[in-house]
Amino acid sequence: MEIKLPIYMDYQSTTPMDPEVLQAMLPYFTETFGHPASRNHSFGWAAEQAVDAARGQVAELIGATPKEVVFTSGATEAINLALKGVVEMYGEKGRHVVVSAIDSRPVLDVLRRLAREEGVELTEVPVDKEGLVSPEDVKAAIRPDTILVSVMMANNEIGTIQDMESIGRVAKEAGVILFTDASEAAGKVPVDVQAMGIDLLALTAHKFYGPKGVGALYVRRKGPRVRLSPQIDGGGHERGMRSGTLNVPGVVGMGKAAELCRQLMPEESARIQALRDRLQNGILERLDEAHVNGSQTRRLPHNLNMSFAFVEGESMLMGLKEVALASGSACTTATLEPSYVIRALGTTDDLAHSSIRFSLGRFTTEDEVDYVIEHVAATVNRLREMSPLYEMAKEGIDLSKVSWKAD
Amino acid sequence: MAYSDKVLDHYNNPRNMGSFTKDEEGVGTGVVGAPECGDVMKLQVKINDDGIIEDAKFKTFGCGSAIASSSLATEWLKGRTVEQAMALKNTAIVEELNLPPVKIHCSILAEDAIKAAVNDYLEKSGKKAPEAPAEKAEA
Repeated sequence: MEIKLPIYMDYQSTTPMDPEVLQAMLPYFTETFGHPASRNHSFGWAAEQAVDAARGQVAELIGATPKEVVFTSGATEAINLALKGVVEMYGEKGRHVVVSAIDSRPVLDVLRRLAREEGVELTEVPVDKEGLVSPEDVKAAIRPDTILVSVMMANNEIGTIQDMESIGRVAKEAGVILFTDASEAAGKVPVDVQAMGIDLLALTAHKFYGPKGVGALYVRRKGPRVRLSPQIDGGGHERGMRSGTLNVPGVVGMGKAAELCRQLMPEESARIQALRDRLQNGILERLDEAHVNGSQTRRLPHNLNMSFAFVEGESMLMGLKEVALASGSACTTATLEPSYVIRALGTTDDLAHSSIRFSLGRFTTEDEVDYVIEHVAATVNRLREMSPLYEMAKEGIDLSKVSWKAD
Repeated sequence: MAYSDKVLDHYNNPRNMGSFTKDEEGVGTGVVGAPECGDVMKLQVKINDDGIIEDAKFKTFGCGSAIASSSLATEWLKGRTVEQAMALKNTAIVEELNLPPVKIHCSILAEDAIKAAVNDYLEKSGKKAPEAPAEKAEA
């Protein structure tokens, strides 16, 4: 069977645009190019109409109303708006925030900076070995001066999906705003801000076959009405929450991508999950000492994160050069720190260095999966031949008891 | 960050990958690094009575640059004397493999592995360490 190399299996990093999304966007570059805030002529009205339609499509994807959708330049900006916006608006009420230990990088970076510079007190709730946050732990962490709880809906590295309904109930009972970074979940699994008791939610188009450079923040208007201190001023667009001329083609693309995901989701997630399971089983059948990281019951259908003992992640990626993947190894980061998510599961550091993330998507084929299975097995076996750790393990040495001469 | 051709070459065609039998005569073994750090290098040298490194072998758990550094080290060690081996500097490895700044530590680990292997041989054979700068007295 003809496979096009290189194979893309890094859909959780970003996705190609769906051709239908590109088609939907094209008229808005040179034909319907008006400014959506131009109230006085047909160019503006046409653009405004397109934006309204997109707003509705995004709202439908998450169970919200159009007025509750604020367009941004992506999830990172939406996260900044939500977190800083809440702290600034409600800061007199309290400055304590509860956050998941495996929340997303932007969430943790923003909150830690607020802790360092704005007197925010942060409580990080640990996760269990599957990456699940316990609603009871969240409840226990909430104090009278807590103004925000943040729990990422589905994790980007290990795919674990949190019990948002229960966490939402806890937050509601305590009267605390619940924010979630849903950028990995939206478009892949059902999201319902009402049923889940979510007050603020971030998502970004490029994770669900839309364009890069556009995202949205859901801001609850009823039960309760959440208010935010805007982070970008200058014109009062997006109900005063985010000024600036909208990226109309991008917004239209995001809407179309959202609509496609909502329509395709039941069939698509089943199909992709079957491919993911084929990949997982195929690898586990061929290799010993290969472990799946994260929950296998509450997991994104397209995610597979595995550690291969005795073999380091970056060297694996080098051997799988015709396949696009990601690794939790320190050698793949600029900071030389291994994945904080894998470590938070209680996994030993060496297994963090040995972790590989496979993320499948809309255009993944069975032939690609079979190719990857064979090459993963071959690469791991080759690297194990080269590995002093594998050699020691085969000799029966307990690696955890060795005293290493690290510098 | 694309890998340098030389690093890829060592990765795809590692030189002297493998192990000597543990009790073989004239073999010194050095194991440096730690699994928690994501880098473990095992370097072995086989030294004859004239103090020349006849053969060298390596096994590495680590990224492509670490594998290449240790593979290159075994290439350079063969035919060198003990003194020459102890004088090998990581900077030479960095230059040869075009290692970027973030991978320099791989070359340092390779230099450590060389010294550890040679010192192990010296300890086992009861020989004295050669005169060399920054040398720790063994035996």
